[in-house]
Amino acid sequence: MADKPIQGEKRMFMTGNEVCAYAALAAGVDIMYGYPITPQNEIMHYWTRLAPKHNRSFLQTEDEISAGFTTCGGVLSGKRAFTATAGPGNTLMQEPMSMAEMMRIPAVFIIQQRGGPSTATVIYSQQEVTMTCYGANGEGLRVVYSTANHQELYDYTIKAFNTAWKYRFPTFVLGDGYQAKMRESLTMYDPELRGIKMVDTYPLVGLPGKAGADRDPAHLRNTYNTEEELYEVVKELVATYEKFAPEIVEHTTMECDDAEVVILCHGIVSRAAVEAIRELRADGVKAGMFRPITLRPFPAEPLRNVVQKAKKLLIVESAEGQFARLALPSLYGLTTPMETIFKPGQGITSDEIVKKIKAMA
Amino acid sequence: MTTATVLEPKMPKCWRQETKPHKFCPGCGHGDILKALGTAIDELGIQDRVVFGCDIGCSLLSWDFFNCDAIQTHHGRTTPVMTGIKRARPELICIAYMGDGGGYAIGAQHLVNAASRNEKLTVILANNAQYGMTGGQMAPTTLPGMKTETSPYGRDVDATGNPTLGPEMVAAITPASAYVARGTMANIPQLTRMMKKALQNQIDGNGFSFVEALSACPTNWRMNAAKTWEFVEKEMTKYFKVGELKVPAAKQEG
Ligand SMILES: Cc1ncc(C[n+]2csc(CCOP(=O)(O)OP(=O)(O)O)c2C)c(N)n1
Ligand code: SF4
Repeated sequence: MADKPIQGEKRMFMTGNEVCAYAALAAGVDIMYGYPITPQNEIMHYWTRLAPKHNRSFLQTEDEISAGFTTCGGVLSGKRAFTATAGPGNTLMQEPMSMAEMMRIPAVFIIQQRGGPSTATVIYSQQEVTMTCYGANGEGLRVVYSTANHQELYDYTIKAFNTAWKYRFPTFVLGDGYQAKMRESLTMYDPELRGIKMVDTYPLVGLPGKAGADRDPAHLRNTYNTEEELYEVVKELVATYEKFAPEIVEHTTMECDDAEVVILCHGIVSRAAVEAIRELRADGVKAGMFRPITLRPFPAEPLRNVVQKAKKLLIVESAEGQFARLALPSLYGLTTPMETIFKPGQGITSDEIVKKIKAMA
Repeated sequence: MTTATVLEPKMPKCWRQETKPHKFCPGCGHGDILKALGTAIDELGIQDRVVFGCDIGCSLLSWDFFNCDAIQTHHGRTTPVMTGIKRARPELICIAYMGDGGGYAIGAQHLVNAASRNEKLTVILANNAQYGMTGGQMAPTTLPGMKTETSPYGRDVDATGNPTLGPEMVAAITPASAYVARGTMANIPQLTRMMKKALQNQIDGNGFSFVEALSACPTNWRMNAAKTWEFVEKEMTKYFKVGELKVPAAKQEG
């Protein structure tokens, strides 16, 4: 039994779901809790094949409400634990997710978005943005990484466990059906060899010593008796989240320095944007791209700086404006003209973006 | 030259011809179970009063199966959707159709509570020992040692428990006016009689009626026809006894 599932560095060609299972292994995950739903099933399938060989565990629960709560339980007991879901499963999991916000449970959730509303399609969309960032009752005190390719699925799955345990907010890797199912190459690595130290996990319940005698008992709750008390607690949570946000927030840009048209997009759609920018630049159109990597917290300031300098903004997403609604508050007061390509539940090609931008000129 | 007689397959009258052939994989049990249900509806003459609800899983492929009003919902919520209709319109005959995943895992609470409340519904559950639509993961009904996508080394009952005995559970929590049975696609005449009794129990306003039907999923079992039948008849019946478990004031099925 090899103690390190990924030895050194390895070039691999595989599906995104497989990548997530390997990344979780490499990150030192102890246990996965899950419930089948397409398109994330193979994360469980690979995990159930690999995990016993590396002394890791798995539990298939009766539904996603349970998968989310068992994950919270695993984390409370000090294990590096995660679950994965999609669409209607993400909907059901909002209840445990909001408990994780309130109790600051560092649980990791991988979401492979599919079409909605409700059961809809099992294929692809970017329609789980609002739900993943702000689902459930509460203030959306979560960290959400939106990945664009398999390398990022690997990198950010590992990173998600460290973000979760360092800052103690529930952390999400937001992929999609295309990333889940397609094959592409990436480099897998043992995080330690790249100087990535996995943040230590620790139990929040079941601590050593006799409670009440040797130590204080761990009394965790998400119920508050008075409005005033809750107000204090939530204000404190929000302040903590906001204090950490600048350390967590991430974005990337392409050719934004002199860009006259800025494409704003996230996740896999950015790959169409990258290709479109290459074509547009070759035709002398000064296009650039701004891509938030964290959707929560949102890179508001850098986006504003880029859009302020541009003549036009194009927001592109595989949903009917969910991402736009996240981004627009950052642009309040700017007068940059804006157009959109909203395609709920459909992929977006570089040709469509090129055509749109040429028509905008 | 000989003339071949072409035998049209006999379909229940309430089946919707336009949607046939149906969309299940060849050899799938869902088709046979729905045939038994269709025959029962025909024989009771209730087609114009039936509201058919199907669940997530392969049962959803039956959303346009009958010439009856139908609703497809998800993950075991078919039972509460049908409850909502039945409570508002008691004259309708409400049938909730689901798989073992929908009925015994994600939607188990709905089955338990509808049964406890003795809702005047008919619930029909296809037990094919795994999750069909999502590609063959372990279900509550997966047999000990059986390999699935999430029990790749065989179901270990120490870690995951024993196969769920649905009808036995429903029989234990329902009052005497309920009808509970387990049939099998391997005995369609018997299954049809069970469905008729289950529907009659609803028509009479007696109480909850529940039929589990042993079903096949040759696709995920990766089995040919002969092996599939053997599995349904020999392996599944070791854990899942076919027969009636609760019959209100009526003669027991032999
Ligand atoms: C909330 C939610 N979680 C998961 C799913 C994915 N899902 C679709 S079908 C299915 C399993 C169905 O299995 P079963 O009820 O046994 O029916 P079968 O397909 O075997 O007939 C699952 C888990 C879903 N649609 N919604
Ligand atoms: S996957 Fe299995 S249960 Fe679903 S239609 Fe095919 S044979 Fe039937």
